[in-house]
Amino acid sequence: MLAVRVIPCLDVADGRVVKGTRFVDLVDEGDPPELAERYAREGADEIVFLDITAAPEGRGTLRGIVERTARRAFVPLTVGGGVRTVSEMRDVLRAGADKVSLNTAAVATPDLVRRCARRFGSQAVVVALDARRRTPSPGDSSGESPAWEVVVKGGREPTGLDAIAWAQRVVDLGAGELLVTSIDRDGTGSGFDTALLRAIADRVPVPVIASGGAAGPADFVAAVRDGGASAVLAASIFHRRRHSIADVKAAMAAAGLPVRLVPEAAA
Amino acid sequence: MTRIAVVDYGAGNLVSIDQALRAAGAEVVIARRGTDLRGADGLIVPGVGAAGPAMARLARRDLVGPIRDWVAEDRPFLGICLGMQLLFEGSDEDGSVTLGILAGRTVRLQDAPRLPHIGWNTVRRTREHPLFTGIAAGAFFYFVHSLAPRPTGVEAAAITLAWTDHGPEFVSAVARGRVAGVQFHPERSGSDGLQLLARFVELAAADPGAAEDPGAAQDPGATDDAGAVGGRRAAARSRTGRAGADRAVAGSAA
Repeated sequence: MLAVRVIPCLDVADGRVVKGTRFVDLVDEGDPPELAERYAREGADEIVFLDITAAPEGRGTLRGIVERTARRAFVPLTVGGGVRTVSEMRDVLRAGADKVSLNTAAVATPDLVRRCARRFGSQAVVVALDARRRTPSPGDSSGESPAWEVVVKGGREPTGLDAIAWAQRVVDLGAGELLVTSIDRDGTGSGFDTALLRAIADRVPVPVIASGGAAGPADFVAAVRDGGASAVLAASIFHRRRHSIADVKAAMAAAGLPVRLVPEAAA
Repeated sequence: MTRIAVVDYGAGNLVSIDQALRAAGAEVVIARRGTDLRGADGLIVPGVGAAGPAMARLARRDLVGPIRDWVAEDRPFLGICLGMQLLFEGSDEDGSVTLGILAGRTVRLQDAPRLPHIGWNTVRRTREHPLFTGIAAGAFFYFVHSLAPRPTGVEAAAITLAWTDHGPEFVSAVARGRVAGVQFHPERSGSDGLQLLARFVELAAADPGAAEDPGAAQDPGATDDAGAVGGRRAAARSRTGRAGADRAVAGSAA
Protein backbone atom coordinates (compact mmCIF):
# COMPACT_ATOMS: atom_id res chain seq x y z
CA MET A 1 0.00 0.00 0.00
CA LEU A 2 1.22 3.48 -0.89
CA ALA A 3 2.75 5.12 2.19
CA VAL A 4 2.06 8.69 3.28
CA ARG A 5 5.26 10.62 2.62
CA VAL A 6 6.97 12.69 5.31
CA ILE A 7 9.17 15.35 3.71
CA PRO A 8 11.61 17.68 5.43
CA CYS A 9 12.14 20.99 3.63
CA LEU A 10 15.57 22.63 3.75
CA ASP A 11 15.82 26.35 3.06
CA VAL A 12 19.08 27.01 1.24
CA ALA A 13 20.71 30.43 0.91
CA ASP A 14 24.14 30.95 -0.66
CA GLY A 15 24.93 27.27 -0.43
CA ARG A 16 24.03 26.72 3.21
CA VAL A 17 20.95 25.50 5.01
CA VAL A 18 19.46 28.38 6.92
CA LYS A 19 16.57 28.79 9.24
CA GLY A 20 14.65 31.85 10.17
CA THR A 21 11.16 33.19 10.20
CA ARG A 22 9.68 34.40 6.95
CA PHE A 23 13.04 34.81 5.27
CA VAL A 24 14.47 37.07 8.01
CA ASP A 25 16.94 36.48 10.86
CA LEU A 26 18.53 33.61 8.97
CA VAL A 27 20.82 31.35 10.98
CA ASP A 28 23.35 29.03 9.33
CA GLU A 29 22.37 25.43 9.97
CA GLY A 30 24.91 23.52 7.97
CA ASP A 31 25.80 21.79 4.73
CA PRO A 32 22.72 20.87 2.63
CA PRO A 33 23.93 17.45 1.37
CA GLU A 34 25.01 16.46 4.87
CA LEU A 35 21.64 17.39 6.39
CA ALA A 36 19.76 15.75 3.53
CA GLU A 37 21.66 12.52 4.06
CA ARG A 38 20.92 12.61 7.77
CA TYR A 39 17.21 13.06 7.11
CA ALA A 40 17.23 10.25 4.56
CA ARG A 41 18.82 7.98 7.17
CA GLU A 42 16.17 9.02 9.68
CA GLY A 43 13.37 8.02 7.32
CA ALA A 44 12.62 11.05 5.15
CA ASP A 45 10.65 9.84 2.14
CA GLU A 46 11.84 12.74 0.01
CA ILE A 47 13.92 15.87 0.46
CA VAL A 48 12.93 19.35 -0.66
CA PHE A 49 15.48 22.13 -1.14
CA LEU A 50 13.97 25.58 -1.28
CA ASP A 51 16.50 28.03 -2.70
CA ILE A 52 15.97 31.37 -1.02
CA THR A 53 19.20 32.90 -2.26
CA ALA A 54 18.47 36.54 -2.84
CA ALA A 55 21.01 37.31 -5.56
CA PRO A 56 20.75 35.60 -8.95
CA GLU A 57 24.54 35.08 -9.10
CA GLY A 58 24.30 32.86 -6.02
CA ARG A 59 22.02 30.40 -7.77
CA GLY A 60 24.72 28.46 -9.61
CA THR A 61 25.87 27.01 -6.30
CA LEU A 62 22.59 25.17 -5.92
CA ARG A 63 23.37 22.82 -8.80
CA GLY A 64 26.55 21.72 -7.07
CA ILE A 65 24.59 21.10 -3.89
CA VAL A 66 22.00 19.06 -5.77
CA GLU A 67 24.69 16.90 -7.33
CA ARG A 68 26.48 16.29 -4.04
CA THR A 69 23.15 15.39 -2.44
CA ALA A 70 22.15 12.99 -5.20
CA ARG A 71 25.45 11.17 -4.65
CA ARG A 72 24.80 10.69 -0.93
CA ALA A 73 21.08 10.52 -0.24
CA PHE A 74 19.27 7.86 -2.26
CA VAL A 75 15.79 9.32 -1.85
CA PRO A 76 13.93 11.62 -4.26
CA LEU A 77 14.97 15.24 -4.35
CA THR A 78 12.81 18.25 -5.24
CA VAL A 79 14.23 21.70 -5.84
CA GLY A 80 12.17 24.85 -5.55
CA GLY A 81 13.00 28.51 -5.91
CA GLY A 82 14.58 30.33 -8.77
CA VAL A 83 13.59 28.11 -11.70
CA ARG A 84 11.96 30.29 -14.33
CA THR A 85 12.64 28.58 -17.64
CA VAL A 86 12.64 25.12 -19.21
CA SER A 87 16.42 25.25 -19.55
CA GLU A 88 16.90 26.17 -15.89
CA MET A 89 14.72 23.20 -15.01
CA ARG A 90 16.80 20.98 -17.28
CA ASP A 91 19.99 22.07 -15.51
CA VAL A 92 18.57 21.28 -12.07
CA LEU A 93 17.30 17.85 -13.18
CA ARG A 94 20.60 17.06 -14.85
CA ALA A 95 22.40 17.89 -11.62
CA GLY A 96 20.43 15.13 -9.92
CA ALA A 97 17.03 16.50 -8.87
CA ASP A 98 13.93 14.42 -9.63
CA LYS A 99 11.39 17.22 -9.50
CA VAL A 100 11.28 20.96 -9.69
CA SER A 101 8.75 23.02 -7.85
CA LEU A 102 7.43 26.13 -9.59
CA ASN A 103 5.76 28.90 -7.64
CA THR A 104 6.06 32.59 -8.57
CA ALA A 105 7.27 31.70 -12.06
CA ALA A 106 4.11 29.65 -12.69
CA VAL A 107 1.90 32.55 -11.60
CA ALA A 108 3.83 34.94 -13.85
CA THR A 109 3.87 32.53 -16.82
CA PRO A 110 1.33 29.70 -16.46
CA ASP A 111 2.44 28.25 -19.79
CA LEU A 112 5.78 27.40 -18.15
CA VAL A 113 3.98 24.58 -16.32
CA ARG A 114 2.77 23.13 -19.61
CA ARG A 115 6.14 23.44 -21.32
CA CYS A 116 8.03 21.86 -18.41
CA ALA A 117 5.53 19.00 -18.15
CA ARG A 118 5.75 18.35 -21.87
CA ARG A 119 9.52 18.31 -21.85
CA PHE A 120 10.17 16.39 -18.61
CA GLY A 121 6.85 14.70 -17.81
CA SER A 122 4.21 15.69 -15.26
CA GLN A 123 5.89 13.63 -12.57
CA ALA A 124 8.80 16.10 -12.54
CA VAL A 125 6.65 19.22 -12.19
CA VAL A 126 5.41 20.26 -8.77
CA VAL A 127 3.49 23.50 -8.47
CA ALA A 128 3.90 25.18 -5.10
CA LEU A 129 0.82 27.16 -4.20
CA ASP A 130 0.90 29.61 -1.29
CA ALA A 131 -2.60 30.54 -0.14
CA ARG A 132 -4.07 33.03 2.29
CA ARG A 133 -7.61 33.02 3.61
CA ARG A 134 -9.70 35.87 2.25
CA THR A 135 -11.15 38.01 5.00
CA PRO A 136 -14.92 37.77 4.76
CA SER A 137 -16.53 41.16 4.08
CA PRO A 138 -18.14 42.72 7.16
CA GLY A 139 -21.66 41.53 7.75
CA ASP A 140 -21.19 38.45 5.53
CA SER A 141 -23.03 35.70 7.30
CA SER A 142 -23.85 33.64 4.23
CA GLY A 143 -22.05 30.67 5.77
CA GLU A 144 -20.36 29.94 2.45
CA SER A 145 -17.18 27.91 2.47
CA PRO A 146 -14.09 29.99 2.99
CA ALA A 147 -12.08 31.24 0.03
CA TRP A 148 -8.31 31.44 -0.37
CA GLU A 149 -6.20 33.69 -2.51
CA VAL A 150 -2.89 32.76 -4.11
CA VAL A 151 -0.03 34.90 -2.81
CA VAL A 152 3.59 35.05 -4.00
CA LYS A 153 6.96 36.30 -2.78
CA GLY A 154 6.71 34.60 0.58
CA GLY A 155 3.16 35.84 1.10
CA ARG A 156 3.95 39.50 0.60
CA GLU A 157 2.20 39.89 -2.72
CA PRO A 158 -1.44 39.01 -3.45
CA THR A 159 -2.27 37.81 -6.97
CA GLY A 160 -6.07 38.00 -7.09
CA LEU A 161 -6.16 34.30 -8.10
CA ASP A 162 -8.57 31.99 -6.33
CA ALA A 163 -6.46 29.17 -4.86
CA ILE A 164 -8.80 26.34 -5.78
CA ALA A 165 -9.32 27.54 -9.36
CA TRP A 166 -5.53 28.00 -9.69
CA ALA A 167 -4.90 24.48 -8.39
CA GLN A 168 -7.25 23.03 -11.00
CA ARG A 169 -5.69 25.13 -13.73
CA VAL A 170 -2.09 24.11 -13.09
CA VAL A 171 -3.11 20.45 -12.95
CA ASP A 172 -4.80 20.91 -16.34
CA LEU A 173 -1.54 22.44 -17.57
CA GLY A 174 0.39 19.36 -16.47
CA ALA A 175 1.46 19.72 -12.83
CA GLY A 176 1.92 16.23 -11.39
CA GLU A 177 1.76 17.29 -7.77
CA LEU A 178 0.74 20.31 -5.68
CA LEU A 179 2.61 21.64 -2.67
CA VAL A 180 -0.02 23.62 -0.78
CA THR A 181 1.19 26.04 1.88
CA SER A 182 -1.10 28.00 4.14
CA ILE A 183 0.59 31.37 4.59
CA ASP A 184 -1.77 32.08 7.51
CA ARG A 185 -0.45 29.05 9.36
CA ASP A 186 3.17 29.01 8.17
CA GLY A 187 5.55 29.49 11.07
CA THR A 188 2.72 29.76 13.60
CA GLY A 189 2.62 26.18 14.83
CA SER A 190 -1.18 26.27 14.87
CA GLY A 191 -1.62 23.22 12.63
CA PHE A 192 -2.21 22.76 8.91
CA ASP A 193 -5.19 24.49 7.28
CA THR A 194 -7.06 21.25 6.70
CA ALA A 195 -10.05 23.01 5.13
CA LEU A 196 -7.77 24.46 2.45
CA LEU A 197 -6.12 21.07 1.86
CA ARG A 198 -9.46 19.29 1.63
CA ALA A 199 -10.92 21.88 -0.73
CA ILE A 200 -8.01 21.34 -3.14
CA ALA A 201 -7.47 17.58 -2.68
CA ASP A 202 -11.12 16.90 -3.46
CA ARG A 203 -10.91 18.79 -6.73
CA VAL A 204 -7.66 17.58 -8.28
CA PRO A 205 -6.60 14.02 -9.22
CA VAL A 206 -2.91 14.55 -8.37
CA PRO A 207 -1.25 14.14 -4.94
CA VAL A 208 -1.36 17.13 -2.58
CA ILE A 209 1.54 17.84 -0.21
CA ALA A 210 0.48 19.69 2.96
CA SER A 211 2.69 22.50 4.23
CA GLY A 212 2.55 25.33 6.73
CA GLY A 213 1.71 25.24 10.42
CA ALA A 214 2.85 21.87 11.73
CA ALA A 215 3.63 21.86 15.44
CA GLY A 216 3.32 18.23 16.46
CA PRO A 217 2.75 14.71 15.11
CA ALA A 218 -1.02 15.01 15.53
CA ASP A 219 -1.07 17.86 13.00
CA PHE A 220 0.42 15.59 10.35
CA VAL A 221 -2.22 12.96 11.00
CA ALA A 222 -4.94 15.62 10.59
CA ALA A 223 -3.48 16.85 7.31
CA VAL A 224 -3.94 13.38 5.85
CA ARG A 225 -7.14 12.28 7.55
CA ASP A 226 -9.04 15.59 7.47
CA GLY A 227 -7.20 17.38 4.69
CA GLY A 228 -6.83 14.48 2.27
CA ALA A 229 -3.11 15.14 1.77
CA SER A 230 -0.90 12.40 0.27
CA ALA A 231 2.26 13.80 1.84
CA VAL A 232 3.25 16.20 4.59
CA LEU A 233 6.10 18.69 4.56
CA ALA A 234 7.69 20.67 7.36
CA ALA A 235 10.87 22.58 8.07
CA SER A 236 11.41 24.02 11.51
CA ILE A 237 9.75 21.22 13.47
CA PHE A 238 12.43 18.85 12.16
CA HIS A 239 15.39 21.25 12.10
CA ARG A 240 14.90 22.27 15.69
CA ARG A 241 14.58 18.61 16.60
CA ARG A 242 11.35 19.20 18.40
CA HIS A 243 10.10 16.06 16.71
CA SER A 244 11.88 13.52 14.58
CA ILE A 245 10.61 12.05 11.34
CA ALA A 246 10.24 8.76 13.21
CA ASP A 247 7.96 10.48 15.80
CA VAL A 248 5.70 11.71 13.03
CA LYS A 249 5.60 8.31 11.35
CA ALA A 250 4.89 6.56 14.63
CA ALA A 251 1.91 8.86 15.23
CA MET A 252 0.64 8.19 11.73
CA ALA A 253 1.03 4.44 12.10
CA ALA A 254 -0.84 4.59 15.41
CA ALA A 255 -3.65 6.43 13.62
CA GLY A 256 -3.82 3.65 11.05
CA LEU A 257 -2.13 5.54 8.21
CA PRO A 258 0.30 3.61 6.00
CA VAL A 259 3.91 4.73 6.48
CA ARG A 260 7.33 3.42 5.55
CA LEU A 261 9.20 2.68 8.76
CA VAL A 262 12.96 2.69 8.48
CA PRO A 263 14.81 0.31 10.78
CA GLU A 264 17.86 2.57 11.03
CA ALA A 265 15.69 5.42 12.28
CA ALA A 266 14.90 3.50 15.45
CA ALA A 267 18.55 3.03 16.31
CA MET B 1 35.90 -4.72 -12.75
CA THR B 2 32.31 -5.22 -13.82
CA ARG B 3 31.31 -2.64 -16.37
CA ILE B 4 27.72 -1.41 -16.49
CA ALA B 5 26.50 0.70 -19.39
CA VAL B 6 23.74 3.15 -18.46
CA VAL B 7 21.86 4.49 -21.45
CA ASP B 8 21.59 8.28 -21.51
CA TYR B 9 18.90 9.49 -23.86
CA GLY B 10 18.02 12.70 -22.08
CA ALA B 11 15.27 11.19 -19.93
CA GLY B 12 15.94 11.88 -16.30
CA ASN B 13 18.94 12.33 -14.08
CA LEU B 14 21.72 9.75 -14.03
CA VAL B 15 23.62 11.04 -11.01
CA SER B 16 22.05 8.76 -8.42
CA ILE B 17 22.15 5.62 -10.53
CA ASP B 18 25.76 6.27 -11.44
CA GLN B 19 26.66 6.68 -7.79
CA ALA B 20 24.63 3.66 -6.68
CA LEU B 21 26.39 1.41 -9.20
CA ARG B 22 29.81 2.73 -8.21
CA ALA B 23 28.94 2.03 -4.59
CA ALA B 24 28.25 -1.55 -5.66
CA GLY B 25 31.76 -1.77 -7.10
CA ALA B 26 30.90 -1.34 -10.78
CA GLU B 27 32.57 0.75 -13.42
CA VAL B 28 29.90 2.91 -15.08
CA VAL B 29 29.83 3.83 -18.75
CA ILE B 30 27.27 6.43 -19.77
CA ALA B 31 26.10 5.17 -23.15
CA ARG B 32 25.07 7.88 -25.57
CA ARG B 33 25.59 5.87 -28.77
CA GLY B 34 25.09 2.24 -29.65
CA THR B 35 28.86 1.80 -29.87
CA ASP B 36 29.17 2.71 -26.18
CA LEU B 37 27.73 -0.70 -25.24
CA ARG B 38 30.88 -2.47 -26.40
CA GLY B 39 32.72 -4.14 -23.58
CA ALA B 40 29.88 -3.72 -21.07
CA ASP B 41 28.85 -6.61 -18.85
CA GLY B 42 25.42 -5.24 -17.93
CA LEU B 43 23.04 -2.75 -19.50
CA ILE B 44 20.62 -0.43 -17.71
CA VAL B 45 17.97 1.62 -19.47
CA PRO B 46 16.57 4.15 -16.97
CA GLY B 47 14.20 6.97 -17.71
CA VAL B 48 10.98 8.73 -16.89
CA GLY B 49 8.49 10.47 -19.12
CA ALA B 50 6.73 9.63 -22.34
CA ALA B 51 7.55 6.58 -24.49
CA GLY B 52 7.27 8.20 -27.94
CA PRO B 53 9.97 10.86 -27.50
CA ALA B 54 12.15 8.30 -25.69
CA MET B 55 11.99 5.87 -28.64
CA ALA B 56 12.77 8.71 -31.03
CA ARG B 57 15.82 9.69 -29.01
CA LEU B 58 17.03 6.08 -28.78
CA ALA B 59 16.68 5.75 -32.54
CA ARG B 60 18.53 9.01 -33.16
CA ARG B 61 21.43 7.75 -31.09
CA ASP B 62 21.56 4.36 -32.86
CA LEU B 63 20.67 2.59 -29.64
CA VAL B 64 17.56 0.63 -30.69
CA GLY B 65 19.35 -2.16 -32.57
CA PRO B 66 22.10 -2.66 -29.97
CA ILE B 67 19.53 -2.80 -27.12
CA ARG B 68 17.45 -5.34 -29.04
CA ASP B 69 20.50 -7.48 -29.74
CA TRP B 70 21.58 -7.29 -26.12
CA VAL B 71 18.22 -8.50 -24.87
CA ALA B 72 17.94 -11.17 -27.58
CA GLU B 73 21.22 -12.59 -26.33
CA ASP B 74 19.78 -12.80 -22.81
CA ARG B 75 22.55 -10.65 -21.42
CA PRO B 76 22.09 -8.89 -18.04
CA PHE B 77 19.61 -6.06 -18.60
CA LEU B 78 17.65 -3.86 -16.23
CA GLY B 79 14.93 -1.49 -17.42
CA ILE B 80 13.88 1.08 -14.85
CA CYS B 81 10.44 2.75 -15.02
CA LEU B 82 10.18 3.93 -18.64
CA GLY B 83 13.10 1.64 -19.44
CA MET B 84 10.96 -1.32 -18.36
CA GLN B 85 7.90 -0.09 -20.26
CA LEU B 86 9.92 0.19 -23.48
CA LEU B 87 10.48 -3.59 -23.45
CA PHE B 88 6.79 -4.06 -24.28
CA GLU B 89 4.99 -3.53 -27.59
CA GLY B 90 3.53 -0.07 -27.21
CA SER B 91 2.27 2.61 -24.85
CA ASP B 92 -1.26 3.88 -24.44
CA GLU B 93 0.11 7.22 -23.28
CA ASP B 94 0.85 8.45 -26.78
CA GLY B 95 0.10 5.40 -28.93
CA SER B 96 3.78 4.93 -29.63
CA VAL B 97 5.35 1.64 -30.72
CA THR B 98 8.09 0.48 -28.37
CA LEU B 99 10.69 -2.33 -28.54
CA GLY B 100 8.24 -5.24 -28.56
CA ILE B 101 10.62 -7.62 -26.83
CA LEU B 102 7.98 -8.70 -24.31
CA ALA B 103 4.30 -9.25 -25.20
CA GLY B 104 1.87 -6.70 -23.79
CA ARG B 105 1.24 -2.97 -23.67
CA THR B 106 1.91 -0.14 -21.27
CA VAL B 107 -1.44 1.14 -19.99
CA ARG B 108 -2.69 3.84 -17.62
CA LEU B 109 -3.26 2.57 -14.06
CA GLN B 110 -6.95 1.79 -13.76
CA ASP B 111 -9.10 3.02 -10.84
CA ALA B 112 -6.10 4.50 -9.06
CA PRO B 113 -6.99 6.75 -6.11
CA ARG B 114 -4.62 9.43 -7.43
CA LEU B 115 -2.33 9.81 -10.43
CA PRO B 116 0.58 10.07 -10.83
CA HIS B 117 1.32 7.24 -8.40
CA ILE B 118 4.07 8.99 -6.43
CA GLY B 119 5.76 7.64 -3.33
CA TRP B 120 6.96 4.54 -1.54
CA ASN B 121 4.96 1.37 -2.01
CA THR B 122 5.46 -2.31 -1.31
CA VAL B 123 6.35 -4.86 -3.97
CA ARG B 124 4.67 -8.28 -3.68
CA ARG B 125 6.87 -10.90 -5.30
CA THR B 126 5.23 -13.91 -6.92
CA ARG B 127 8.50 -15.76 -7.37
CA GLU B 128 12.12 -15.34 -6.43
CA HIS B 129 14.73 -13.81 -8.68
CA PRO B 130 18.43 -13.11 -8.06
CA LEU B 131 17.72 -9.35 -8.26
CA PHE B 132 15.73 -9.51 -5.03
CA THR B 133 18.07 -11.80 -3.09
CA GLY B 134 18.39 -10.56 0.48
CA ILE B 135 15.58 -8.01 0.18
CA ALA B 136 12.72 -8.41 2.67
CA ALA B 137 9.31 -9.43 1.31
CA GLY B 138 7.59 -6.26 2.54
CA ALA B 139 10.26 -3.84 1.34
CA PHE B 140 9.21 -0.40 0.08
CA PHE B 141 10.41 1.09 -3.21
CA TYR B 142 9.91 4.55 -4.69
CA PHE B 143 7.48 4.91 -7.59
CA VAL B 144 6.67 7.87 -9.79
CA HIS B 145 4.52 7.05 -12.85
CA SER B 146 0.99 6.94 -14.22
CA LEU B 147 1.30 3.95 -16.54
CA ALA B 148 2.57 0.40 -16.16
CA PRO B 149 3.05 -2.51 -18.54
CA ARG B 150 0.41 -5.21 -18.73
CA PRO B 151 2.05 -8.43 -19.94
CA THR B 152 -0.13 -10.57 -22.22
CA GLY B 153 0.17 -13.86 -24.08
CA VAL B 154 1.50 -17.22 -23.06
CA GLU B 155 4.53 -15.74 -21.31
CA ALA B 156 2.57 -13.26 -19.17
CA ALA B 157 2.52 -15.23 -15.93
CA ALA B 158 6.04 -16.56 -16.42
CA ILE B 159 7.65 -13.14 -16.84
CA THR B 160 5.72 -11.44 -14.01
CA LEU B 161 7.92 -11.10 -10.97
CA ALA B 162 5.99 -8.77 -8.66
CA TRP B 163 2.79 -6.80 -8.13
CA THR B 164 2.06 -3.51 -6.39
CA ASP B 165 -1.31 -2.07 -5.43
CA HIS B 166 -2.50 1.45 -6.15
CA GLY B 167 -6.16 0.78 -6.43
CA PRO B 168 -6.03 -2.55 -8.29
CA GLU B 169 -2.64 -4.26 -8.49
CA PHE B 170 -0.30 -3.65 -11.40
CA VAL B 171 2.84 -5.49 -12.49
CA SER B 172 5.81 -3.78 -10.82
CA ALA B 173 8.63 -6.13 -11.86
CA VAL B 174 9.21 -8.54 -14.74
CA ALA B 175 12.03 -10.86 -15.73
CA ARG B 176 12.76 -13.31 -18.51
CA GLY B 177 16.09 -14.97 -17.99
CA ARG B 178 18.61 -12.25 -17.28
CA VAL B 179 16.46 -9.51 -18.76
CA ALA B 180 14.54 -7.67 -16.03
CA GLY B 181 12.48 -4.55 -15.57
CA VAL B 182 11.20 -2.71 -12.52
CA GLN B 183 8.55 0.00 -12.47
CA PHE B 184 10.02 1.60 -9.35
CA HIS B 185 13.28 3.53 -9.02
CA PRO B 186 15.90 1.48 -7.14
CA GLU B 187 18.31 4.44 -7.35
CA ARG B 188 15.83 6.44 -5.25
CA SER B 189 14.75 3.65 -2.92
CA GLY B 190 17.25 3.88 -0.08
CA SER B 191 19.19 0.83 1.08
CA ASP B 192 16.85 -1.76 -0.49
CA GLY B 193 17.22 -0.05 -3.85
CA LEU B 194 21.00 0.03 -3.52
CA GLN B 195 20.90 -3.64 -2.70
CA LEU B 196 18.89 -4.47 -5.82
CA LEU B 197 21.38 -2.58 -7.99
CA ALA B 198 24.24 -4.41 -6.29
CA ARG B 199 22.52 -7.72 -7.15
CA PHE B 200 22.33 -6.58 -10.75
CA VAL B 201 26.05 -5.83 -10.77
CA GLU B 202 26.67 -9.37 -9.47
CA LEU B 203 24.51 -10.81 -12.25
CA ALA B 204 26.49 -8.84 -14.79
CA ALA B 205 29.78 -10.00 -13.28
CA ALA B 206 28.66 -13.60 -13.69
CA ASP B 207 27.59 -13.11 -17.32
CA PRO B 208 29.48 -15.52 -19.60
CA GLY B 209 29.30 -12.88 -22.34
CA ALA B 210 31.67 -10.75 -20.30
CA ALA B 211 34.49 -13.21 -20.81
CA GLU B 212 34.26 -12.93 -24.60
CA ASP B 213 35.50 -9.40 -24.52
CA PRO B 214 37.39 -7.55 -25.74
CA GLY B 215 37.82 -9.59 -28.92
CA ALA B 216 34.63 -8.54 -30.69
CA ALA B 217 34.86 -4.90 -29.71
CA GLN B 218 38.43 -4.52 -30.88
CA ASP B 219 38.09 -6.39 -34.12
CA PRO B 220 39.34 -3.82 -36.64
CA GLY B 221 36.66 -4.96 -39.08
CA ALA B 222 33.87 -4.23 -36.63
CA THR B 223 33.79 -0.49 -36.95
CA ASP B 224 30.03 0.04 -36.96
CA ASP B 225 27.50 -0.84 -34.25
CA ALA B 226 25.93 -3.67 -36.17
CA GLY B 227 29.27 -5.29 -36.80
CA ALA B 228 30.41 -5.22 -33.21
CA VAL B 229 27.20 -6.43 -31.68
CA GLY B 230 26.59 -8.82 -34.54
CA GLY B 231 29.80 -10.62 -33.75
CA ARG B 232 28.72 -11.10 -30.20
CA ARG B 233 25.24 -12.12 -31.29
CA ALA B 234 26.67 -14.91 -33.37
CA ALA B 235 28.70 -16.03 -30.39
CA ALA B 236 25.64 -15.87 -28.18
CA ARG B 237 23.55 -17.81 -30.63
CA SER B 238 26.01 -20.63 -30.71
CA ARG B 239 26.15 -20.48 -26.92
CA THR B 240 22.46 -20.63 -26.17
CA GLY B 241 20.93 -21.72 -29.40
CA ARG B 242 17.85 -19.61 -28.82
CA ALA B 243 18.86 -16.00 -29.23
CA GLY B 244 18.04 -16.15 -32.93
CA ALA B 245 14.46 -17.19 -32.23
CA ASP B 246 13.99 -14.40 -29.68
CA ARG B 247 15.31 -11.92 -32.14
CA ALA B 248 12.84 -13.04 -34.77
CA VAL B 249 10.00 -12.45 -32.31
CA ALA B 250 11.32 -9.00 -31.46
CA GLY B 251 11.68 -8.15 -35.13
CA SER B 252 8.13 -9.12 -36.02
CA ALA B 253 6.65 -7.07 -33.19
CA ALA B 254 8.42 -3.86 -34.13
